[in-house]
Amino acid sequence: MQYKAPLETYTGRVKEVTIGSGRKAVRVGGQNILPLHYFEGAAANRCVVALEVDDNGAAGWAGHVAGPYKDVVHDPLKWAKRCMEMGADLVCLHLEGTDPQGANKPAAEAAALVKEVTGGLDVPLVVYGCGDDKKDIEVLTAVAEACKGENLLIGPAVKENYEAIARAVAENGHCIIAQTPIDINLEKELNVKLLKQLPPERIVIDPLSSALGYGMEYSFTIMERSRQVGVVYGDMAMQMPIIADLGRECWKTNQARADAEQGMLWESITAISLLLAGADILVLRHPDNCRLLKEAIEGKL
Amino acid sequence: MAIKGTEIVKRLPEGGKKNCKECGLPTCFAFAMKLAAGGIVIEKCPYISPEVSRELEDELAPPIRPVTIGTGAGALVVGDETVLYRHEKTFVHQPGIGVLIADDEPGEVVEGKIRKLRELHFSWVGKTLKADLLALQYKSGDPAKYGALVKKALTAVDCPLMLICEDTDALLNAHALCAGRKPVLYPVTAQNLEKVISAVKQNPAVVAVKGAGVESLAHLTNRLTEASIEDVLLDPGSKDLQSAVRDQTLIRRAALKQGFRALGYPTVAFPCFMAADKRREMLLAAMFIPKYAAFIVLSDIDEHTLLPLLVQRMNIYTDPRIPMAMEEKVYPINNPDAGSPVLITTNWALTYFIVASEVEASKVPAWLCVKESGGLGVLTAWAAGKFSGDNIAPFIRKCGVEGMVNHRRLVIPGKVARIRNELSEALPDWQIIVGPGDANEIPAYLPALVKSWKG
Repeated sequence: MQYKAPLETYTGRVKEVTIGSGRKAVRVGGQNILPLHYFEGAAANRCVVALEVDDNGAAGWAGHVAGPYKDVVHDPLKWAKRCMEMGADLVCLHLEGTDPQGANKPAAEAAALVKEVTGGLDVPLVVYGCGDDKKDIEVLTAVAEACKGENLLIGPAVKENYEAIARAVAENGHCIIAQTPIDINLEKELNVKLLKQLPPERIVIDPLSSALGYGMEYSFTIMERSRQVGVVYGDMAMQMPIIADLGRECWKTNQARADAEQGMLWESITAISLLLAGADILVLRHPDNCRLLKEAIEGKL
Repeated sequence: MAIKGTEIVKRLPEGGKKNCKECGLPTCFAFAMKLAAGGIVIEKCPYISPEVSRELEDELAPPIRPVTIGTGAGALVVGDETVLYRHEKTFVHQPGIGVLIADDEPGEVVEGKIRKLRELHFSWVGKTLKADLLALQYKSGDPAKYGALVKKALTAVDCPLMLICEDTDALLNAHALCAGRKPVLYPVTAQNLEKVISAVKQNPAVVAVKGAGVESLAHLTNRLTEASIEDVLLDPGSKDLQSAVRDQTLIRRAALKQGFRALGYPTVAFPCFMAADKRREMLLAAMFIPKYAAFIVLSDIDEHTLLPLLVQRMNIYTDPRIPMAMEEKVYPINNPDAGSPVLITTNWALTYFIVASEVEASKVPAWLCVKESGGLGVLTAWAAGKFSGDNIAPFIRKCGVEGMVNHRRLVIPGKVARIRNELSEALPDWQIIVGPGDANEIPAYLPALVKSWKG
């Protein structure tokens, strides 16, 4: 029997989403190959890595991951610039401080902060609300309006609040993060609903990222299946790029907090797993892992 | 690619219409179906011709051959995988993690690595995680030195061994020392293939062939098949992450989707020889775990780098059809005492992890009772009748929490507020408190609850 390389090509293609405007725009998606299958076709855009910033002074961050930012954690703009200098393709700002169960900062304050950060940055910005579905409507709408035309990637939009957030995103020229709790059916359902308000080129999927040892395999399999359904089987409602907001999940674990080197690997191994599963945007905390994962994305490791 | 029962039946005696029942089954069709499912051996049919028997045996063989490395209690089975993606069914044999020792390393380094291999055991969700193999590399140029290292390893560990040696004579000498241990011999190439074949004929070993690219491996394995050697591992010689993803994918696809026998073997990977430093090495190893390697060799292991890799291996090789479940018991969080609150939840590992980490974040010492509920989350367990008043009550009585605390106040998940009354009836001496509906509310909820008790 003669060997013939079992190469595969697919009709489905991930939608290309542009984040940021003008010279700082970054494109994700656009490929019709499986993750890192560069031998079967060129990827229109390779995966990107974002570093995380919060508006809460890195409260709760273990010292060994906050270290590289320790002099700037109380100034989100300086912190975001540090991320950029350290090689991040994007900055991901988590508006932790708006949480009603925490500092409960008002929407206007959060919007002003996002405007300041995006104005001072040369890379695009991803903005996550605190996850309280009612407060997020208020905060993310204010953010969308204040930063009109900046083409931020804003979320999470969940089944309880997607309509209001999608409206603000559509009216002000941004992209949306569609978040569902590790369930491929709910993921598709939310995508289908959002597609009535936004084109697929403005949607990024967040199927939720769990850390290594804390359900990582569920996130892995949901991402892998999503990509297969979108690219191999051509389901249009599942062809959006995937964001893996994993840094915060990893550094929350006892294992990452207990030991610096173990923490580095907790984050990087979760990241490479989800990269191989299909993530297009990896959100990390440690700059060394940002550099390492960028090498992995290039296939050069 | 597996052959179907309906195909097999046509090739049985009299076109599958003999129905002699001598195999113990009522019809040839039943025999064929059972054969296809692997439930019966072909020899049970007394009338099948030797040619057909051989053909069927070949077609019924697993597309990726199972290979046993080592012997006795420490033996490791790899291969026999049937899918490309874990969600299609499951990955069955997790890859062996090996530790590399070179014969030119100082004695204390060698001792240290052997000790770490023996002692680094981690407990995770009721399972013990550890590395499994020792890989011995010939580097000194002195066959006697290599032989001494092999002898040392043979007595020090009972786990499988891999012999890495480019010098054929030194390799075969070391192999002879390992009689009865079925080591892996590496690298086997066109240059030393014939010598290795005659050695393995006398003394069983696993042959790890090394090629330059996927296609070159087939020539080597075809020759091994001719020599009736089937315990084979493949190394396509990938240089970096990108080529490794390609080579591993092509090998797995060729075996499963094309039924290409010459590549139907497990693969071996060497992050230890590919990477520039430890972090890159671990990241490469972490790529090889979901991407099909059956045997991964690391330059060294230590507590903090090995654990994340072993947890990843466990995660990826968990059967996605079976939820990961926690042991039913009372888990202490933040050093609780007799006055600390008692909470209850179900035993799906994810539910436990989320609730436990939020309780931990609340900094309030507490007892978390985890009730067996078929590995389901709170709402599904309730819907399945596995988390209700009549089965929680007996659990609370027998789990021992009543002896751990001096109060009788139990916090139940807000999602099952509806079971409060039935649980109060079943546990009349307990006050049942409905907690938050979402775990992320626990850090705000618990301190307030404890404060209200004190006030």
